[in-house]
Amino acid sequence: MTKAEIVQALYSKVGGFSRKESAELVDLVFEMMKDTLGKGEKIKVSGFGNFVLRDKRQRPGRNPQTGQPINISERRVLTFKASQILKLALNLRAGAVANGGSAFGATGSDSAATED
Amino acid sequence: MTKSELIDALAARRPDLTKARAELVVNCVFDAMVEALQRGEGIEIRGFGSFTVRPYKPYSGRNPRTGEPVDVPAKRLPFFKVGKELKEIVNGSRHLPITGGKDDDH
Repeated sequence: MTKAEIVQALYSKVGGFSRKESAELVDLVFEMMKDTLGKGEKIKVSGFGNFVLRDKRQRPGRNPQTGQPINISERRVLTFKASQILKLALNLRAGAVANGGSAFGATGSDSAATED
Repeated sequence: MTKSELIDALAARRPDLTKARAELVVNCVFDAMVEALQRGEGIEIRGFGSFTVRPYKPYSGRNPRTGEPVDVPAKRLPFFKVGKELKEIVNGSRHLPITGGKDDDH
């Protein structure tokens, strides 16, 4: 799936936006997430997962190709922790509770509040 | 930032958008991504990152509390690889404190 397909989903499932508006809105959502993470702020999306920032200290490493010891500088990294709801959604089996529908209610204000 | 704060921020950026419409937009974006992952399909957002679904084989583990052996069935888990641009943006924020609450609450 590419961003274009997310735009298409927005255009076809949520009425009232032109294709151009749909594209702008999807872009804006990802831009705002990038800006937030770029300010050192984590993002928690209930029902999907958390985008977590971690500061790593400087540590010794090796060039895996040559075996040469090198220094890995201190850095801040981003990791994604999938929510339990998403993990369950990827592992629905016959006999399991079927909830093939939307993880995010189309109307409710905080539909995934039961996650914890 | 939580999803509802993301919705508020989107509504603030687009005055033509009501909060209810902003909520539909944000939910639709994440719904589309969940559905793709459920189909086993990866997601690629340039400049942001990519999500893939990784299959894991079944294994027998143990209940860490009781020591009892348990069979862990095969499963699929989502994996996120940070995009180059976002990786650089994040690393550039090193001088700022990390905010936004604990890591482990959803």
